[in-house]
Amino acid sequence: MTNFWWIIGGVLFALLNTAAGLIWVERRMLALWQDRYGPNRAGPFGLLVVLADTIKLFFKEDWIPPFADKVVFVFAPAVVMLSVLMSFVVMPFAPQIIVADLNIGLLFFLAMSSLGVYSVVLGGWASNNKYALLGAMRGASQMISYEVFMGLALMGVVVLSGSFNLREIVEAQKTVWFIVPQFIGFLIFLVAGVAETHRLPFDIPEAESELVAGFHSEYSGMKFGMFFIGEYLGITLISGMLVTLYFGGWLGPAFLPPVLWFVIKTFAFIMLFILFRASMPRPRYDQLMEYGWKVLFPLSILNLMVTAAIKLWLNT
Amino acid sequence: MLSLVRSMWLIFLHMFHKRETFQYPEQKAPLPARWRGRIALTRDPDGGERCVGCYLCAAACPVDCISLQATEDDSGRRYPEFFRINFSRCIFCGFCEEACPTYAIQLLPDYEMAEYNRQNLVYEKKDLLIDSEGKYPGYNYYNIAGMAIRGKDKGDAHQEEPPVDVKSLIP
Amino acid sequence: MPIINIDNKTYEVKEGKNLLEACLSLGLNLPYFCWHPALGAVGACRQCAVKVFKDEDDKKGRIIMSCMEPVKDQQRVSIEDSDAKKFREQVIGWLMTNHPHDCAVCDEGGACHLQDMTVMTGHSYRDYHFTKRTYNNQYLGPFLNHEMNRCIQCYRCVRFYKDFAGGKDLDVFAAHNHVYFGRQQEGVLESEFSGNLAEVCPTGVFTDKTLKQHYTRKWDLTSAASVCQGCGLGCNIIAGERYGALRQITNRFNSAVNGYFLCDRGRYGYEFVNSPQRIKTPMVYHGPSELSNGIPVLQHIHRRMKPGKTIGIGSPRASLESNAVLKELVGEENFYLGVSAGDHDLVSLALKVLQQGPVRAASLQEAAAADVVLILGEDLTNTAPMLALSVRQAVRRIPVEEVINTVHVPAWQDAAIREAVQENKGPLYILNVQQTKLDELAKGAWHTAPDNIARIGFGVSHLLSDKMPEVTGMSEQGKAIAAEIAEALKHAKNPLIIAGYGSGSEAVIKSAANVAWALHDLGIDAMLAFTVPECNSMGLEMLGGHRLESAVDRALNNEADTVIILENDLYRRLNQHRAEHFFDKVQDVILLDHLYNPTAEKATIILPAGTFAESDGTLVNNEGRAQRFFQVFSSNTAVQESWRWLLQIAAANGHATLSSLKHLDEVVSHIAVTCPVFHGIDTLTPGAGFRIAGQKVPREPHRYSGRTAMQANIQVSEPKPPEDPDTALSFTMEGYRGEPPSSMIPFFWAPGWNSVQSVNKFQTETGGPLHDGDGGKRLIEPHPNGQTPFYTEVPEPYLPLTEHLLLVPLYHIYGSEELSVHTPGIAERIPAPYIMLHGEDAKRLQVANGHRLHFMDNGHHYTLPVIINNTLQQGAAGIPVGLPGVQIAEAPQLIKV
Ligand code: SF4
Ligand code: SF4
Ligand code: SF4
Ligand code: SF4
Ligand code: FES
Repeated sequence: MTNFWWIIGGVLFALLNTAAGLIWVERRMLALWQDRYGPNRAGPFGLLVVLADTIKLFFKEDWIPPFADKVVFVFAPAVVMLSVLMSFVVMPFAPQIIVADLNIGLLFFLAMSSLGVYSVVLGGWASNNKYALLGAMRGASQMISYEVFMGLALMGVVVLSGSFNLREIVEAQKTVWFIVPQFIGFLIFLVAGVAETHRLPFDIPEAESELVAGFHSEYSGMKFGMFFIGEYLGITLISGMLVTLYFGGWLGPAFLPPVLWFVIKTFAFIMLFILFRASMPRPRYDQLMEYGWKVLFPLSILNLMVTAAIKLWLNT
Repeated sequence: MLSLVRSMWLIFLHMFHKRETFQYPEQKAPLPARWRGRIALTRDPDGGERCVGCYLCAAACPVDCISLQATEDDSGRRYPEFFRINFSRCIFCGFCEEACPTYAIQLLPDYEMAEYNRQNLVYEKKDLLIDSEGKYPGYNYYNIAGMAIRGKDKGDAHQEEPPVDVKSLIP
Repeated sequence: MPIINIDNKTYEVKEGKNLLEACLSLGLNLPYFCWHPALGAVGACRQCAVKVFKDEDDKKGRIIMSCMEPVKDQQRVSIEDSDAKKFREQVIGWLMTNHPHDCAVCDEGGACHLQDMTVMTGHSYRDYHFTKRTYNNQYLGPFLNHEMNRCIQCYRCVRFYKDFAGGKDLDVFAAHNHVYFGRQQEGVLESEFSGNLAEVCPTGVFTDKTLKQHYTRKWDLTSAASVCQGCGLGCNIIAGERYGALRQITNRFNSAVNGYFLCDRGRYGYEFVNSPQRIKTPMVYHGPSELSNGIPVLQHIHRRMKPGKTIGIGSPRASLESNAVLKELVGEENFYLGVSAGDHDLVSLALKVLQQGPVRAASLQEAAAADVVLILGEDLTNTAPMLALSVRQAVRRIPVEEVINTVHVPAWQDAAIREAVQENKGPLYILNVQQTKLDELAKGAWHTAPDNIARIGFGVSHLLSDKMPEVTGMSEQGKAIAAEIAEALKHAKNPLIIAGYGSGSEAVIKSAANVAWALHDLGIDAMLAFTVPECNSMGLEMLGGHRLESAVDRALNNEADTVIILENDLYRRLNQHRAEHFFDKVQDVILLDHLYNPTAEKATIILPAGTFAESDGTLVNNEGRAQRFFQVFSSNTAVQESWRWLLQIAAANGHATLSSLKHLDEVVSHIAVTCPVFHGIDTLTPGAGFRIAGQKVPREPHRYSGRTAMQANIQVSEPKPPEDPDTALSFTMEGYRGEPPSSMIPFFWAPGWNSVQSVNKFQTETGGPLHDGDGGKRLIEPHPNGQTPFYTEVPEPYLPLTEHLLLVPLYHIYGSEELSVHTPGIAERIPAPYIMLHGEDAKRLQVANGHRLHFMDNGHHYTLPVIINNTLQQGAAGIPVGLPGVQIAEAPQLIKV
């Protein structure tokens, strides 16, 4: 039992530090790709910017607009943190390092991550501000749409591995990572994952050039901080999921411990997310929806059907 | 799709490019001559104050941070009795320079004017007036204008005829 | 009504107008220079070109000057036509070949009609590379600056100055492209209306010289609608402030009162507001109030106000609100009118005549439309200057009507009409104690003593109506004069009889009333105009109170310990010795005033009262028209409205009815309820809660500059702008940008129209009333049942006495008014104190011009230098009233030499 608490504690610690560290990593990486230095003054390599940022967030006036719906306004940012953290419960970091080895792990992940949309909708609604509301509405429709084929894309993996248990899915990749048979599925999941975390280029709910800051326009201080951290946790989650589902999770040559393999692979995907942000323009809202429903959705069904057909054909 | 991948690759390569950042306090950026920085009131070639207190800069200023009072000396030459810019409000848009009909107010390539005390950002005429013609040497408003001032009577300005003799009817 | 077609849109327009007026009245933008709604059209500037087409098929059309073209039914006009546009742009282009590069140093800039029109026509670049013509300027006195280079030869100045206002000393000189507008020789412009040149001239040739002393652009002024304090006519003004000082007075158009113009006393007499003599802090025993035991000044006052022993003295130069609140504070039986006995008698008589008689008081514009004018004992130019300007217009009415009927030219064809009228004048008769400036226009002008004037007036009314007693013992000449006047009046349609305080004689006012009433009995629509001395003389008289003399008596009988004096210098109301006695007797003098004056010397407590520029209030003019004036700026000192001080005193005393009042609206409605004569003054302007589109009306234009810097030298964080709890105006530039209700227009501005000409955009038609009517409300209407209470007691004829001289009051536009003399420019033009004698009397007394004459009055000695004027009644001595340094308050009276 103590082991269990250790794992929880360790995972929580690692995740929160990663999220905080990502503040610095993202800025440095963006700067690198934009021929700048990024934060490099506070502490070695500017690492203390994380601390400075945290202090700043804590000390900002914790302001609730007088026109806002107070209860929901406070509650919304907590939802995003909670739902993302809950998703990590089923994440297999290494053969033994997993908080809850559920046999419906993948479904649990889908369920939890789709709860995240509530924070966007509630936050935007409670702010009682037209930009926030527009952002929230965009967020809701975007996430609902992309969730559909995110699930469908994952089903390819489930078909191949024959299990919803994430640990078993990783183990099923011993021979070949699912990226090979499920390349299309991987691409769809990647796109859907970016959309799910509303990161650039799919940051339509925030779209600062159109909507000020979208659903969190009215937030400041630590409440904004929670949205902020929630976003980084979301990146980590999707990256972890990508690794787990398509890149063999902790699997790797034995000269490194499994958990390190997992971390390295995840980190590579986080970098990819940041590179997306550095290089891609934001589509229009209608383009986004069109792309989702008219391209990705049929593609994911096709992918599932082909996978299932091949699997059936192989089995028989 | 491929173009997206290509642009990602190109941007990735920027990691290995030279940095554009100036490491400011140690390293100073070279400023172009028309940089919109510190605001000064300049003088005409004869060393007179160029500002004639026309209030156009004040009217043009989008943040209303210029205030002045026009007055004139005994020969009718106008100048500002006081001239104040509240730099804690100024956004260095340069509209004032744009509006100035006499080239008096100019934004100069210098941005190092930060203060710890906001009150010190209020500049009076003595802080603004410099002993230079700034970016526009040679211009003297009163050489063009029709007003008579000391040393320049009616008809003395650029391309002016001598004053009309009212008593004459000769064409 | 003709239908015309402008740029393929049809409009209904008013008949008898010219095309320019029609276009402007429709709100269209058409540039012009020489046309002026009050001056008519002469077609001099060629700026107002439009194209007219014969009919629908005419595609070519022809360019005409819209100001010279009458509107015709079914006319087809194009403003936007490219030829017309090009023509107008060319005209400006030509004007600009000689126009100096002066806008930056030109006082007109930002309110310049030439700038506006240049932008409107689209001319933007002077591509003429040859030389510019220049002129030398002239010194024109303390009011106007002259910069001839900027002239565009529109001729408006001379047309106003000479033709409209009757000035003699401004003209056009030289020829061809050298014409020069100025005086024959440098010198002070003599006309009392010269200041209007600054508004009439579309360029910066004539500009306000007092403004130049503290120059501010129009867009930087915080302005408010106000009412002139210079005399009793109540002209509408706009007062503008910057950096805590009043900077400029401009005309506020009111089609019923002053129209487009102001007199120079009104325009320039504002500088007392900025005087170093201003009282800025409350003082107790001549020290700042904090020094006196640390008790707030209101407590000091409260302790001194013993019931039954406290009296209040009102003021004709304070607002109705202040006077009414004082009256209620001290109680009706303790309220005294702060006016001299003479002024009180005259104004209360005038009020009675207007309230009880059947003849109505004429507004300034009605006066200008009179056909026969009779002036009894008034030197209008000096006692009611704008009324003199109205009389100048009235004199032209009959000849102009004749011309219109015979030659068939429209009224706006100014040059043609003047050509046809030549020197013809309508009937104007003047009876005064000496010659006046208007005499030159009169059919008959006679100079005699006030009693004789009254006798002729009675004589005229006897000739008009046999209900009137015959005047016995009238001289042959007197009879002839009366007969001539009566004959002219009999044939009049809207005759105007003018009298007032200028003669100092009640009999003259009575005779004027008789004449008007007699005319009324004949079924003639006669009008009366009585001049009153100060801006609220009529309002104070309507409010009512006891005579000032009885206040003095009460003090001398030890029945008054404390006196509250409202905005008044009693040394101007009482004989100096009476005043001294009065002040010696009362224990405490509480003064509310804005300037340190001799009365303030005697005061134990002084409260700093706001001038008109720092106050809201109501004034009633000579016609009985109540008009609201608005606070222009909020002083950062203790200065506040007198009525507010008095309300605070009332609150400190726990006064029954006043304690609950705080703001202007409450005070005004309280007065409207408690004093029936003032019924309706609460509807003069919208109240403080009024909003347009949820916003207040801003006192500052949207281009107002410098607000984050103007106080930054004191404190870099901008202070919260002052709030105005009393009116629907805000002290900032935030608020409703459109057109406010006309009674509260703080400044005239319309997009593309920065100059005063923008008033076009606020009028129902050019020169017509403002969109929602002109501000003000007439409180006095003639008595409905036309029983005419004639006055029957004819005064005895005046006979010169050898030992005595009859002192008659002479008024001066510059000098006789208490506050305007604080303007340095006006002070420059005040005559030196004098005593005016007829040549014969001077010979008899063996004095000549400049000699000093000693005389006795009420046992006191005076000495004044002599001026000889043979138009003065023999045996009379004219004495200037109100001049600084002239002490005698009472005239007319007999004095001993
Ligand atoms: S630079 Fe712009 S903001 Fe600054 S003073 Fe000039 S006009 Fe104003
Ligand atoms: S615009 Fe130029 S000349 Fe005019 S007040 Fe400003 S600085 Fe002076
Ligand atoms: S008259 Fe008008 S256009 Fe001419 S210099 Fe003055 S402001 Fe400029
Ligand atoms: S001085 Fe002014 S009003 Fe007179 S002609 Fe010239 S521009 Fe016109
Ligand atoms: S306004 Fe018509 S010609 Fe001048």
